[in-house]
Amino acid sequence: MSVRGRMSGNEAAALAIRQINPDVVAAFPITPSTEIPQFVSRFVADGAVDTEFVAVESEHSAMSACMGAEAAGVRAMTATSSAGMALMYELLYVAASDRLPIVLAAVNRALTGPININTEHSDSMGARDSGWIQIYSENAQEAYDNMLMAHRIGEHEDVMLPVMICQDGFITSHAIENIETEEDAAVRAFIGTYKPQHHLLDPAESVAVGPYGVSAYVMELKRAQAYAMECAKQVILDVSFDFAQKFGRAYGLFEEYRMEDAEVGVLIIGSAAGTCKDAVDRLRERGVKAGLVKLRVFRPFPAEELAKALGGLSALAIMDRSDGFSGVGGPLGAEVRAALYSYGISKTVTTNIVYGLGGRDIRVEDFESIYGMLGSKEELPRTMYIGQRE
Amino acid sequence: MIEIRWHGRGGQGAKTAALLLADAAFAAGLYVQGFPEYGPERMGAPITAYNRLDENRIRAHSNIYDPDIVVVVDETLLGAVDVAAGLKCGGKIVVNTSRPPADVKAEFEKFFPDCGNAEIYAVDAAEISRRTLGKNLPNTPLLSVVAKLTGVLDEQKFFGVMQEAYEEKFAAKPEVIEGNMEALREAWNGAVLVNATHSPELTIEN
Repeated sequence: MSVRGRMSGNEAAALAIRQINPDVVAAFPITPSTEIPQFVSRFVADGAVDTEFVAVESEHSAMSACMGAEAAGVRAMTATSSAGMALMYELLYVAASDRLPIVLAAVNRALTGPININTEHSDSMGARDSGWIQIYSENAQEAYDNMLMAHRIGEHEDVMLPVMICQDGFITSHAIENIETEEDAAVRAFIGTYKPQHHLLDPAESVAVGPYGVSAYVMELKRAQAYAMECAKQVILDVSFDFAQKFGRAYGLFEEYRMEDAEVGVLIIGSAAGTCKDAVDRLRERGVKAGLVKLRVFRPFPAEELAKALGGLSALAIMDRSDGFSGVGGPLGAEVRAALYSYGISKTVTTNIVYGLGGRDIRVEDFESIYGMLGSKEELPRTMYIGQRE
Repeated sequence: MIEIRWHGRGGQGAKTAALLLADAAFAAGLYVQGFPEYGPERMGAPITAYNRLDENRIRAHSNIYDPDIVVVVDETLLGAVDVAAGLKCGGKIVVNTSRPPADVKAEFEKFFPDCGNAEIYAVDAAEISRRTLGKNLPNTPLLSVVAKLTGVLDEQKFFGVMQEAYEEKFAAKPEVIEGNMEALREAWNGAVLVNATHSPELTIEN
């Protein structure tokens, strides 16, 4: 039985961790994810979990401790944001290549500078090539649900990759919203116990984790890692299907909102998708065929599926909450356009819009104006910024 | 949907009040949002917090620009912050002040000539707080006034919900629960409408 409640996104992520009851949590506090390890240390003090909480002195150490624990054969989790994630970057790559299915609760925050504590996707987007699965959440409910699915995905024998569950700093992490949560026993039954195929503490098998990779083997290891990421797509769909069967909330690689007959569309990640849905409803009432695709899974990148979903649009705005400083927009813009090109979609005109940097607000009216621009006869700028003063 | 914007200064509890109002409205069976606008957190700096309350699921994740209710936790913000910006026609403003009603009305008309069609409520939240809690924590009395103005739950239900909320929040210092409850009870009928208008009652519309 689902339980109706209300809580913040950070509370939702922490509740998921309590229910998952991981063997190890190693974390160093950083705004806006600080509350997550705070809650976890309280769970430990209250005896609500069996978790070993390792209070490390940096995020570099947090990820190192998680890697040690996973290599030893147990479940390890952490939480971080912004500069904390940046300090983990070296280890993010190592965790992925060592095929350690760590789960990280990422609360998105702008990378410095200027120093800023608010939402932006620059932290996790900077880690997009690190080999981690990345799943993004629109609200506290999705943050909770994605956390419950993370271990099943990462630990699957076809995958064996670490998983990052992202939500927007403050906008969802610190906002109280309605949520449906599941009972502890149901969650534990869904997740199951972890039985690693290989681990350091197995007396029956000697293994090495993280040895030097000579040139004669690195290509093969990297190809295997890439193949695991390809396999993750189906595993995510299967786990999400099972989750929907058990708990009634359905998820895919992305969510299509009023896309059936849409002519103008927006593709977006995270909390602003909810704001955009309100704009779509307003426009539909006025007869505008507006639709929205909210990307849930950014890694693995569902290029073929997106091309199919977006290829019927006449115009599309790809929204990036981080600037790639490539001179041609953000990372999502580049990848979505590559997907459309690769799969032969040429009739959909695209613009790449950078928005919401450093927590700059985006309103329903902003989305209405974006759809208005997409529907106009004017030529779309290839890249643009909205919401900033000129 | 009812949208509420709280204006206070860091340390006065506007954020806490917004989160507790979300709790109360949730207990009344509504969909809720309660969230602060974060920046560099400094004691005394102007801060904003928000609530959305609705019978349907709330999806928007933006700040609130056209509130139904504005709460001024600290009247020294008048003149520094455009607290009434975007207030809906017939909306309500709640001000924490010790000044007489006529002064409050004149003050708002001076700073916000456009809020003539808003109902302005004055409550001496600081005084109620000092009397019931022994210190100046105006957010608790203001929470009571705002909860009443939203009309989403009656007196008895509101006090019941808050008793439970405080028992959880103050589990480590239960001695402060009764003072907070007393502050809520005193404030429920403690606000004065300083300008008589006949705007329609606020209702939840979709």
